[in-house]
Amino acid sequence: MADVFKLRYEVDGDNFMAAGAASSDVKKVLRQLGIGAEAIRKAAVAMYEGEINMVIHAGGGVADITVADDYIEIILTDKGPGIPDVDQAMQEGWSTAPDNIRALGFGAGMGLPNMKKYSDEMKIDTVVGEGTTITMRIFI
Amino acid sequence: MNIVSSHSVILDTDKCKGCINCMKRCPTEAIRVRNGKAHIIDDRCIDCGECIRICHNHAKKAVFDSFDAINDFKYKVALPAPSLYGQFNNLTDIDYVLTGLKQIGFDDVWEVSRSAEIISDLTRKLLNKENIVKPCISSACPAVERLIAVRFPNLCDNILPVLAPVEIAAKKARAEAVKISGLKPEEIGIFFISPCPAKVTSAKFPIGHDERLIDGVLSASEVYFRLVPAMGEIDFPQQLSSSGLVGISWASSGGESSALLRDKYLAADGIENVIKVLEELEDDKLNDLEFIELNACAGGCVGGVLNIENPFVARAKIQSLRKYLPVSLNRFDQRDNSIDDFMWTTQLQYTPVFRLDNNRSVALRKLKEMNAICESLPGLDCGLCGAPTCRAFAEDIVKEDVSIDQCVKMQIQGGK
Repeated sequence: MADVFKLRYEVDGDNFMAAGAASSDVKKVLRQLGIGAEAIRKAAVAMYEGEINMVIHAGGGVADITVADDYIEIILTDKGPGIPDVDQAMQEGWSTAPDNIRALGFGAGMGLPNMKKYSDEMKIDTVVGEGTTITMRIFI
Repeated sequence: MNIVSSHSVILDTDKCKGCINCMKRCPTEAIRVRNGKAHIIDDRCIDCGECIRICHNHAKKAVFDSFDAINDFKYKVALPAPSLYGQFNNLTDIDYVLTGLKQIGFDDVWEVSRSAEIISDLTRKLLNKENIVKPCISSACPAVERLIAVRFPNLCDNILPVLAPVEIAAKKARAEAVKISGLKPEEIGIFFISPCPAKVTSAKFPIGHDERLIDGVLSASEVYFRLVPAMGEIDFPQQLSSSGLVGISWASSGGESSALLRDKYLAADGIENVIKVLEELEDDKLNDLEFIELNACAGGCVGGVLNIENPFVARAKIQSLRKYLPVSLNRFDQRDNSIDDFMWTTQLQYTPVFRLDNNRSVALRKLKEMNAICESLPGLDCGLCGAPTCRAFAEDIVKEDVSIDQCVKMQIQGGK
């Protein structure tokens, strides 16, 4: 079936408290679609980590969610600083979050690793100085 | 006239004025107002009692057994919830309550606080086991369990698969009563004195097992009005209480967790707060915790809608009552029971009540329609259409329950 469902969220770069709101909304939609529990959980965690990352590092961005017949796709697009060394960024515990963010309990260096862990496919397109696009798929 | 339902929260249609208070308050969007009367969507209701709390017209009611039902049994045992002890003025000794229960018609009492202490001990042991899913969610509040079953599919396995305190009390009480009376188990009537409708429902439709352990559930407030005059007649109460401060403390939020003697716990109360915690847990944000105590009512069981006293006053009263009590008088003893006697035999199942359609393609189409309808609605969430939010209204439209003409704002703008 070619029919897909699309959602778009603007992630506000100045608002830590609002991060997670989109993830919660996506969960509600996935429940209405009758998606299985495990896929909902994976999508919610991957989405939440992505949202927080865009707030911390890129001053916000856009999250595009597509629900197709056999997968959920989350595309996170930002106009942030880009990731100079993707392999390094993928290591657990590696973080470039500034001290004031760490003081809030973020910046543990688990964002990208968790996004990879909870998605079935992940692709990172990044250009230093221009921004990053992360595409994650969760099969359902 | 009452509508018959499998729930313990029902509507008295004669008293319902069709206001939208209960509908706006319901945490699972289980209420709609149709033809000027509130209507409960059965499979979404979790019996939390929020609608009873908010209804000014007393049209929302809890169903429980009549006190006379105890007379159907040869030997009757009362199981008082610890929250009951917080309802009385100037109470200095729990034995007055328990002796009072014997005077109003019960042959014996078995305090639920005793089995709460058994569970506290058992939980401490279970938390050390490898195969327990952490963070563990307490299984004591049935409204929370039903909320998880309809809204948090991923968290069904996190619930500690242990019977509720009242269920263990019922098992223990029946076994003891058989010994004392020499009667058959079915001749013994086990009656729970409940602070809330959720526990009335779970006595009839148990969670985690199929056994009917409790014969009847009485409302704390109804029993209260019988107890107070009886307690006034007591000169010297019998020595009946055998629970410590651990068991009594289960009456308020935080009591169950502090009994675990560990620090990695969280205790939240009030249904809105419970939902926020479950959302965070579902997003893997609370993985450092070992135990999560959740109570649907603000304050914990003392906040149940069948109580008399304000929850915070009740909590203060319980604080003074427990002051000179020993820490704990009951524990899990393998000589009396095996662990399996107190564990669930069936898992909590996710019930997808928010699914738009069983066929995913149809659900997808409906969701698209719903979003399109939502765009055209005013977004005021005024509730005058009979749905709690514009989004819920759009959902009702795609389910073909209502027509978009019900939107009052659109009617006014349309000049009709």
